[in-house]
Amino acid sequence: MSPFLSVAITATLLLYLAAMALGLVRLLRGPRAQDRVLAQDFLYTVGLLLMLVLSIRYDSEMYYEGALLMALFGFVGTLAMAKFLLRGEAIE
Amino acid sequence: MMPPWHEIVVAALLLASGGLAVVAGLGLLRLPDFFQRMHAPALATTLGAWLVTLATIVHFSTREGSLALHTWLVIVVLAITAPVSAMLLARAALFRHRQAGDDAVPPALRGHP
Repeated sequence: MSPFLSVAITATLLLYLAAMALGLVRLLRGPRAQDRVLAQDFLYTVGLLLMLVLSIRYDSEMYYEGALLMALFGFVGTLAMAKFLLRGEAIE
Repeated sequence: MMPPWHEIVVAALLLASGGLAVVAGLGLLRLPDFFQRMHAPALATTLGAWLVTLATIVHFSTREGSLALHTWLVIVVLAITAPVSAMLLARAALFRHRQAGDDAVPPALRGHP
């Protein structure tokens, strides 16, 4: 890991953290349930991107598998939340 | 001393993706209406994810000396799941806006719930 790439990766991680902070503000502020679900989905997505950057940072393929799992679990979570908002039941 | 070319490529892709994520977060926070806010995170799930995935492909390919394409699966999964969840969330939000008596959303068509 050269110093150049290390600086770029640190800057990218800080940018992702800023994006997650903005999403967290939306999650806490609302104003309605669908805004919170949208913010949660966004946090999952940025977390996935963060894992991919960490796989470059630590030269490890493990993080990539974690990112794949985050994509799937984020999808299932958003789907269940949207279904709940639509019907009042996650599973009918 | 110049860093090797692949590190410049990886760094540029990563920084562009970080900038896109921040723009998506700003849009999510600042846009006035829920249906406008739904557009913002798509920046991160489409182009942001593409750029990071390309960066990992370039990095692992140059490190191992052969094409390492398995990270592509993340893009495929996101491309399948993101439209489905966005569609379902939009339908749920439309339903809830109608339930709340919001005049800004169009009424339901006859014969449709």
